[in-house]
Amino acid sequence: MKTVKVTINVNNEKIKLQVKPYETLLETLRERLALTGAKEACSLGSCGSCTVLLNGTPVRSCLILTPEVDGASITTIEGLKEDGKLHPLQEAFMEKGAVQCGFCTSGMIMTAKGLLNRNKKPSRAEIIKSISSNICRCTGYKKIVEAVEEASKKMA
Amino acid sequence: MDNLKVVGKKIPKIDAPLKATGAALYIQDVKIPGMLHGKILYSQYPHARIIKLDTSKAEKLPGVRAVVTAKDMPPNFRIGIMKDNPPLKSGKVLSIRDEIAAVAATTPEIAEEALSLIEVEYEELPGIFDPLEAMKEGAMLIHEEAKSNILKMPWRLICGDVEKAKQESAYIVEDTFSTQWVTHCCLGTSGCVAHFDMHNNLTMYSNTQIPSLAQNDFVEALNAFGLKNRRVRIIQAVIGGGFGSKLDTYAYEYIAILLALKTRKPVKIIFTREEEFFATSPRQCTITKISHGCDKDGRLTFRDVEMVLDNGAYTSWGATTPSVMMLPISSLYKVPNVRYIAKCVYTNNTYCQAMRGYGNPQATFAIESSLDQLAEKAGIDPLELRRINANEPGEITPQRFKITSCGMKECIEEVYKRLNWKEKRGKDNGRGVGMASLIHVGGGARVYKSDGCGTIIKMDDFGKVDVFTGASDIGQGSDTVIAQIVAEVIGIPIEDVNVINNDTDICPWDVGVHASRTTFVAGNAALGAARKIREQILEAAGKILDEDPADLDIKDGMVFSTKNKEKSTPLGKALRKIHYTLGGKMLMAEYFYDPANENFDKEFKGNLSVSYAYGAHGVEVEVDRETGKVKILNYVAAHDVGKAINPLLLEGQIYGGGLQGIGYALGEKMVYQNGRLMNGNFLDYKIPTAKDVPPIQPVIVETDEKDGPFGAKGIGEPGLVPTAPAIANAIYDAIGVRIKDLPITPEKILAALKAKDK
Repeated sequence: MKTVKVTINVNNEKIKLQVKPYETLLETLRERLALTGAKEACSLGSCGSCTVLLNGTPVRSCLILTPEVDGASITTIEGLKEDGKLHPLQEAFMEKGAVQCGFCTSGMIMTAKGLLNRNKKPSRAEIIKSISSNICRCTGYKKIVEAVEEASKKMA
Repeated sequence: MDNLKVVGKKIPKIDAPLKATGAALYIQDVKIPGMLHGKILYSQYPHARIIKLDTSKAEKLPGVRAVVTAKDMPPNFRIGIMKDNPPLKSGKVLSIRDEIAAVAATTPEIAEEALSLIEVEYEELPGIFDPLEAMKEGAMLIHEEAKSNILKMPWRLICGDVEKAKQESAYIVEDTFSTQWVTHCCLGTSGCVAHFDMHNNLTMYSNTQIPSLAQNDFVEALNAFGLKNRRVRIIQAVIGGGFGSKLDTYAYEYIAILLALKTRKPVKIIFTREEEFFATSPRQCTITKISHGCDKDGRLTFRDVEMVLDNGAYTSWGATTPSVMMLPISSLYKVPNVRYIAKCVYTNNTYCQAMRGYGNPQATFAIESSLDQLAEKAGIDPLELRRINANEPGEITPQRFKITSCGMKECIEEVYKRLNWKEKRGKDNGRGVGMASLIHVGGGARVYKSDGCGTIIKMDDFGKVDVFTGASDIGQGSDTVIAQIVAEVIGIPIEDVNVINNDTDICPWDVGVHASRTTFVAGNAALGAARKIREQILEAAGKILDEDPADLDIKDGMVFSTKNKEKSTPLGKALRKIHYTLGGKMLMAEYFYDPANENFDKEFKGNLSVSYAYGAHGVEVEVDRETGKVKILNYVAAHDVGKAINPLLLEGQIYGGGLQGIGYALGEKMVYQNGRLMNGNFLDYKIPTAKDVPPIQPVIVETDEKDGPFGAKGIGEPGLVPTAPAIANAIYDAIGVRIKDLPITPEKILAALKAKDK
């Protein structure tokens, strides 16, 4: 089968790959790089469980083909630690009870990280608007919103 | 109860670090060397005869390792509680989700391509998609060998004399309510990996909610395959949501077993989201005719309920939900005379299963909507009517439930106060308030012969504890609650407790995560084991410290004498001394807790649960008369939980359950047209997002249940039980129309307003 050469920077590491032309970024991350934090839950871009950052912006990795992101920087939940410490978002999700079954959690945290990248002090309404792109069936979202608020306060 | 160090505290989930870092491994993440990928071919018609099934082209595709059809399954092997469901179908297909062939291949893509090479010819047959049609005399039989489409399940509860009570009632109302199919929408889709060893023992990697019962099912399956006396081991991956969906075993699991047996390789089947929508089993839809009466003072005289449930083409636990519906029907409020008759009916629709609440939301929707109608007819404020009839501690209900702790009145008062009921009610200004209460099992539920859970506790050499529990954590946080109980009883920090819950080879038996039973039953099992191990520690430490064990205590991992503070030892050091000595030993304890609840007798009476959970929800809504849109302005969810072992997780259950209930009430619906699902994805089947969250106030009422661990009762399901009727009742108060058919959509509201204005 024909393959495509790509070079991507994943979690601050430059990686050279030969991928299928139709390979999604989600498949590359999960199957080639064993970064299984991003989850496949709909394959339609409708749930947000596969969200990662593409050059700092949250994207649905199930909708992006890896050959499209040649040369780009990707951050996944596994790359969120800073100086060996959990990111304030991760801490806040744990402390505030924003995690139940956890299947949506990586995508939620990465979506929230994208929000904080572009808006350091989001209002509650801005947080709700941002994470409403992602589906969670367990928590009722309340504690997720509180966790993002808490993290943004801590990072201020 | 005082001076609790760990229990009653807002402790973050112990598995949260794994999940917040993406390190938790779900069934999707399980990989075994040599593993193949399985895919299933489903019927193209909801009712058809299979004329031709040719797999030869698929078999020849490079990378395909096995193609199986019904002829590869043991003949007459059926699954489900009525044994009416062959995992692979032949001859006739009875629903759109009927499995007719499956493939194992080296990659998912090849498996998918192989499916497209399987040639099937059908002769389409007319189907029956309406249970009322299917019940009619002379209707086509869905299962030809059955004499009727009505299942042989005699759901019939008679308490007192309903006919006499009807004659003596001052006010009577009667109406019909109906509910829709909704589905669990677990973010983690269904899946498994089946793997045989050289001796044909099976290891099943699974996301089941019932490891012990699934083990039993698969042992039966291996017997059917001619593999007698084999071992089955269930290893649960982290479970990406349950809500009842994983309370049975399914065709896909038996297909994976068959493929693994054929190929001698591990075979993984993971559902796509599309499959998760159409090929898993939703909450059953119901048609409920209900009549209520009361005397001139508003005291309930009778409740008379007839119900039809669409069973779909096969039978799973959904068909037994009437057993739980009986609970609110007989015992939500004091009602002396009760009649309930339910019929489950085969159709060519999808078959149904357990979903959070297990029938209780459907029954409570009818009961609580009808009670508001009765209150209006009797000229009594609906909240007052509920106060008059509220359940109380010490009551024995007509179905013989023994009510121990009961905070129903307190919950109703919380709603009254927090909703500002008196001010807001009856304003006729497009805004209104409504309420509904709930009763649910809160102390296990004896639906099987055993309602038990086992726990083993093992102390290591360093003062740390391994707890092996039968209970499955499906995200609700039972591992954390169990760790809290063990830490509290022994006297160690929660960080020193490790909970192992996912392997039938090492964990004791448990009946499964259902009936909101885990905190109560697994909690009591952990409590029993922890008490035993504490006793052992103190006895052994007494010898080391030369003190009477009765004078010893453990705090923060230190064993010390309460009389002589000088005498103390770190727990780990004591354990090492006990271990590394001539005739030494390792400390272990086990405890099996099976609550003293009762199976129903033949009349469906008996004390199903050791304790009962109560709650009341109150809602303030604003309804836009132009668009029919309902906005929730205030939502009070008061729950009697006995004791909040972990308020953080408890609130999570109330918020999460409440929002699922709001989805059920106001929007979610699986649209089936002639047996085909029309909206099987998240774009067309809308579940609530963060934007749909109203202001919800969780209110925790503690009643200290005498049999509960530290006084606790169950809370897993109650959060969504009274939601829909509370909202329907509030809408009625706001605009004077009652929607009797869920979900309450703007279209239905506009149509009802139009009809009212005529």
